[in-house]
Formats: sequence, structure tokens, C-alpha cells
Amino acid sequence: MEKYRFLLSGSGGQGVITMAILLAEAAVLHEGLIAVQSQSYGPEARGGATRSDVIISDSEILFPKVLQPNYLVAMTNEAAGKYMPLIRPGGMCIYDTDLVQPSRRIDAMLMGMPMQKAVLEKFHKTQALNICVLGALVTLTGAVKMESVEQVLKARFKPAFHEANSAALALGAELAKPFLSAN
Amino acid sequence: MSIYRLIRQRFFPHLWCPGCGHGMVLNSLLHAVDDLGIDQSQLCMVSGIGCSARISGYVDFHSMHTLHGRALAFATGLKMARPELKVFVPMGDGDATAIGGNHFIHACRRNIDMVAIVMNNRIYGMTGGQYSPLSGRQIGGDDEKSRERSVFATTAPYGSIDRAFDTVELAKGAGATFVARTTAYHVQEMRRLFKQAYEHKGFSVVEVLCQCPTYFGRKNKMGGAVQMLQWLKDNTEKLGSKKLEENPNLIARGVFVDKDEPEYCSEYENSVIAKAHKE
Amino acid sequence: MSGKICFVQGNEACVRGALYAGVRFFAGYPITPSTEIAEHLADQLPRVGGKFVQMEDELASMCAICGASLAGFKSMTATSGPGFSLKQEALGYAIMAEIPCVVVNVQRGGPSTGLPTECSQGDVMQARWGAHGDHSIIALTASSIQDAFEVTVQAFNLAETYRTPVVLLFDEVLGHMRERLEIPEAGVLPVVERLKTDVRAGVNYHPYLPREDGRLPMSDFGGVHRFNVTGLHHDIWGFPTSNDEQVVKLNYHLFDKIESHANELARWKEYYLEDAEHVLISYGSSARTARALVEDRRAKGDRLGLLELQTLWPFPAQLVQDKTANAKSIYVVEMNMGQVASQVKAVVANPDRVFLVNRMDGHLMTPSDISQVMRVVEGRGF
Repeated sequence: MEKYRFLLSGSGGQGVITMAILLAEAAVLHEGLIAVQSQSYGPEARGGATRSDVIISDSEILFPKVLQPNYLVAMTNEAAGKYMPLIRPGGMCIYDTDLVQPSRRIDAMLMGMPMQKAVLEKFHKTQALNICVLGALVTLTGAVKMESVEQVLKARFKPAFHEANSAALALGAELAKPFLSAN
Repeated sequence: MSIYRLIRQRFFPHLWCPGCGHGMVLNSLLHAVDDLGIDQSQLCMVSGIGCSARISGYVDFHSMHTLHGRALAFATGLKMARPELKVFVPMGDGDATAIGGNHFIHACRRNIDMVAIVMNNRIYGMTGGQYSPLSGRQIGGDDEKSRERSVFATTAPYGSIDRAFDTVELAKGAGATFVARTTAYHVQEMRRLFKQAYEHKGFSVVEVLCQCPTYFGRKNKMGGAVQMLQWLKDNTEKLGSKKLEENPNLIARGVFVDKDEPEYCSEYENSVIAKAHKE
Repeated sequence: MSGKICFVQGNEACVRGALYAGVRFFAGYPITPSTEIAEHLADQLPRVGGKFVQMEDELASMCAICGASLAGFKSMTATSGPGFSLKQEALGYAIMAEIPCVVVNVQRGGPSTGLPTECSQGDVMQARWGAHGDHSIIALTASSIQDAFEVTVQAFNLAETYRTPVVLLFDEVLGHMRERLEIPEAGVLPVVERLKTDVRAGVNYHPYLPREDGRLPMSDFGGVHRFNVTGLHHDIWGFPTSNDEQVVKLNYHLFDKIESHANELARWKEYYLEDAEHVLISYGSSARTARALVEDRRAKGDRLGLLELQTLWPFPAQLVQDKTANAKSIYVVEMNMGQVASQVKAVVANPDRVFLVNRMDGHLMTPSDISQVMRVVEGRGF
């Protein structure tokens, strides 16, 4: 299997790091894969730029950071501006159409979805946005199985959140589907 | 006789100067501990650095002679680990309120059951007579002439301009649940207050005003040990006494605070550990 | 090894290792990037009969673990550079009074408050010489989550064996990185319990008299033996002394009890050293980068090898000499100005062939950082 190199980025409070942990944990605990998750962040707990790297592979991962992602998630314009130039040629950029206006000059598959809007419509708040993004990401990349993510969500969160999490995950998958048939 | 079981006789005579108040504190403490009949194997003393801190070498307790100002922090770890131990923490004035000031106020706030004794002789003795946060600007007391006299120390050759802490007010403000003051002259009162402090469940502070004839006395023309003890007798008065009410220049002695508040180690047991096990 | 598998940060792996080793007391103060260690132990210790306390400052935390350790509890604290500076006073006390404890320093950029959320390995020398006066210390590192767990268990074992503080020099990347951890069943990794004295009540017990094997059996505060503990030079009873002979004896004892075991204390990993022309020496998260480069270059036929040091102090001089004996060149890969490189230079036959590869901007060293330096050294340009 080729290494999946994810760079997940946005601003503090969007749940970018949680999303990264969920993805990597699903790979390790439920698929017997090897994964490393790391992050860089500034002093702000809310706002500011957040970045988390995830590498998933079936062989040992030594260097834990992602220098050139094949999969970028950008949830703010600032993050997109900073990290899109790093995408490996032909890689994928997943972004929120209401939050990000991506550069069209970059050799990457642009996969924009109105995720925040959809989450707001469905849940009337944005807490589950990161889970929705994860649903789209997993659907588009196939890095791990959706059931693995479901299992991680169940183990990590209180039962009260299970239903909403599943719904958010499904919402992301739904938004991503048109891209699958297009390819 | 029986207080001899509480000391390490081979280290006597002690290293304190002739006339020093610290020996009196040791004496009253030993009598108090003897009166209380505490199991010696449970007795601990944790001290910091300075003349006062040497007291821990003389008692046949489990003894820890630690770092300047940090005795209370060591004692906190000791008590958290073994709340059944009986811990006394004697400190000097600089030890407790300068370098150890942060540990002191937080120990008051945390309220771990132990007895902190502030042996206040208003000077750093071991290093040779520098002013401390309890030296103050003036000698104070009832006598009009000496009241306004500047405090001198080797590091205050022109007279001290540093305002003093009031240990009792500091301890009260920081939340200590038992606060008392006495002097080296009032040895029976000291013995009684140590016992009361020990029996109080929570963090107890007893300030003992002590004489340092070698440095504070000499630098400030207070006379020898006898004159300094006389000064402590003449310039302090019991809380609630008429004399004290009528004369604001006197320093109050007695128990200022004695209240029940949750003791930290018990709270850890009853609240934190209990809840952790429920989950 | 078939233990429980989890996916955790280095800081949490450290906590799991500490619990495996039997930690029962933690005192600390919040500081990035080590705070998660305090958070997890605040949650875990009360479940296992242990105690957690958040102290008023870093100094108090170090003092409190000394107090708890003397009461018989395996104790630890965790911090980062600025806090490690503050802990040096009581760390020196623990060295002098021979109090077993573990001090974790998840290194961030320095000096001073430096780069709080970024990575560095700049505290290697501080771990060695941060406390004043002549002394010795044990300091260990790790480059993976699994190693962070195992090295933490080892740190407690060494603290108890040698009656000394042990420093765990982790770094921000390792502390915050998540990866698979397999927690071995109890009993799989050896756990050293405190050596308690068998001297009976009423019979003289000397807390500072080493046995023939060098170990010093302990008696808890609150136990049957009452003795004194002090940071002053002391005799075998623990009472202050300035007797020339006793002072010198104690100084040598504190130094020798660790330095004379440097070979046994050496912990390392090695890759392709048998025929390596160029040996990389690294530790902590930098060692991952070094290994990535070595694997990559080996695949292309280049004879590179890696020596990953897990024990930094006492410095494994013999090991470094042996493993680099046939190397044409040695590259020390670390995120500082050459703190380990200087040690390597001091012990190898040809110090002129020792080159420092470093990075100082808070970002983890990359493989190309190393290969660039190698290009220059090999005369192949920049």
C-alpha cells in the first residue's frame, strides 16, 4: 500500500486535531495499519492556525511529519493559502466551499463541499463539522473503512453524542458522493 | 525526663548562640509533643534553611532538613503520601515569608493538616544579620523613643525602608484555618498554642516572636537576651485584654483564627479518590 | 508480547509507563508541552491508590515529589525547559539526599520561554549540569511512543536501583505525536521495587551507608527507623558533617554510583552499523529522521548506519567508541548547537570527522537537512 499523507488544517476550535486523531486511530485500532499523527499549533486555543499531520501505511513510519501531502484538508482560507502549494502534484484538496476560495493554479483535484452550511442546517450548530469533514475525507480517499471510524467515535465519545456523530459522518459521505461518480 | 526521648542528645549543646530564642521554641515544642503523647514513629519535622531550620536535627523525629523556603512544599508531598503522619514545619522569618512566601500562602490556602511554626526574629541570622520581610522600618512597641527608631541590618546600613508583613494577617488572608502568635518569653503559652495548633485539623500557623541578640539585638541596640525577652514581655498583650484594647502600640498574642474548613488530604480521599472509583 | 493496544501521545505513553512501573505520586505545574502528563495522572492516580497535586510552582512540585518519595511512594514530576530550570534546586537536593524520583522534561525551544509549542533538544547539558556542584545524573530519551513507555518504566527502575533522580529528556514532537502503543501485560517488563532495609526496629539503621553492591536500602518516613535527611554533606546517619574524609567520600560516592555503571546504563538502538562507512548518531525524535534517511540511502546502496542513544547520561563513551570505530565520518543529528556532538568528539579517535547536523527553528529535522550537510562534507556541493 502506498503511504497516505494527510495534512489537515484550519483554525483552532474547528476540531482539526480531533479529526486527525480519529482518522489515525481508526487505522491503527481497527485495520491493523500503522499510523502516526502529529500537530503544530500556536498559542491560541480558539482561532489561529492549526495543522495536524496523519500518515497511514502498512509499513513502519519513520519521519512523522508530512512535508508534501497527497491529501490536504483546508478549512480556512489562510490554511489553504499556506498549505495548497505543498500538495503533491495530482493530490487532493478537500475544502469547505463557504470558507475557502482555493487557488485554481495548483495541480490538485479540488473537492469543495458546503460542509459547514450542511452541518448548520442539520444540527443548528457547527460542533460536528469535523466529523462531517472526516466522513467526506474517508469517502473520497478510502484510507480507512467508514465502520472503523464509527467504532472509534463510539469508543471516544459519550453515548449521548453517538447518534449525532453518525449522522454527521453520513452527511460528509453524502456530500462527497457526487465526486466519486464523477471520477 | 520524658522529653529527653524526643531529642537526639548527642548533638547537644546546640549550635544556636547563647540567648537565642530558638532553643525556647524547641523546649516548648518538646513539652507540647510530650503532653500530647504522640506516637514518636509518626512524628515528622520538615525544616528549610537558616538558624531556625537546624531545629530538625535536634529532635528524634523523622526529620527532613530541606531547602531555603521550601519546607512546606516537601511537607506537602510527605503528607499527601502519608496523611497519618504528624508533621511540624518550623521556619524562620525569611524562610517562611521571603523565599518561601509563595509556598507559605499556598499551604495556608490548601489547608493540609500540619503545624507551621514561624520563628520570627526579624533577621537573617545564619548569613550574618540581613533584614527580612518581617524586620520592618521601625523597632515598634510601646516605648515612644524606640517605637520610631529605624531598624538596622547589615543590608540596611542607613535604616530599613522595607515595610513588614504581619505574619498573622498574611496567614489569615491566605486562608489558614488556625493562626496564633506568641513569643519566646511566654513559654507556657507557646506550649499551649502548639498543642492547640496540633489538635486543630487543618493548616495551623503559630508565629513565635523570638530574640536574636547576636544580630537583631546588637544592630538595633536592644540589649542582650534578657532585655530582648523583657521587650517581648512588655510590648505584647493577650488578645481580648483591656491593655491591648487601650494601647494600639502593643502586639497581640493569642489565637486569631480557629475555624473548620475541609482538610486537603481528607478531601482528596473523600472527594477525588471516591469519585475516581465511582467512574 | 500480547498486551493492550492503544493509540496515544508520547506524553500519555509516559504516563502509562509510569503507572506500569508503579508511580503513586505526581506533583506538577502546567507547562507546554508537558501538561498532558499532569492531566492524565490527575485522572489516573486516584484510581490506583495514588495521589496527584498541582502545586503553586515548579519548585514546589520538585520538592513535593521528594517528600512523597521519602514517605515510600514512587514519585514523578513533568515539565519543560523553563520549569526544568526552576526544578534544578530541588533536583540537586534529590541527588544529594539520594531520593529516587523521575523528572520528565518534554523539551521545547529555548533559552528562556523560547518556543513553547515547538521542538528542541536544547536541555541535554542542563540535564547533566543544571544543578550546581559536582554530581552525576541519569538521563534517558526515546524516539517512538513504544519506547517512551518502556524508557519511562526503565527510568523508575533506575531511580530505585541507584537511589537517584532520573531525567526523561523527551521533546515536543514525541510528547505530542500519536502512534500505536502496546502495553505489555504486568510482569513482562521488569519493575524494580524499592529496596527496603531489613534492619529491625531498635537496631542502628544507616540510611546513607551503601551495601557492598553499592545499593542503599531505604526506610520510609513513618517507619520504624527515624533518621535525618539533608542537602548538606552528611554522614551515614544523614546528619550534617564537614569532616574532610566524609565529605570527600560522599562526593565520590554520588559521582561513582552512576559513572562507574555507564556501560550497564547504556541503552541504545542500532541500524546497519556492521559495515557502515558513515555513522549517524541521534536520539529522541531526531533519531526518526536520521533513520528515515539511513533507510532511504541503504536502499540506494549507500553504507550508512545509525546509532540511536537512549541513554544520554552517563554518556555511553565506550559504546560510542566501539560503534564508530570503523566509521569514515560521524554525523551527530540533534536539535541544538551540538550538545551531544561535543561529547562524541571528546571520545572518538578522530574528532575531526565528527559533524553536527542540527536544526534550530523549532521544526523537526528533515531527512534532507541531514543529506545536505552530508553532501557538503563529502565534497559534493550544496
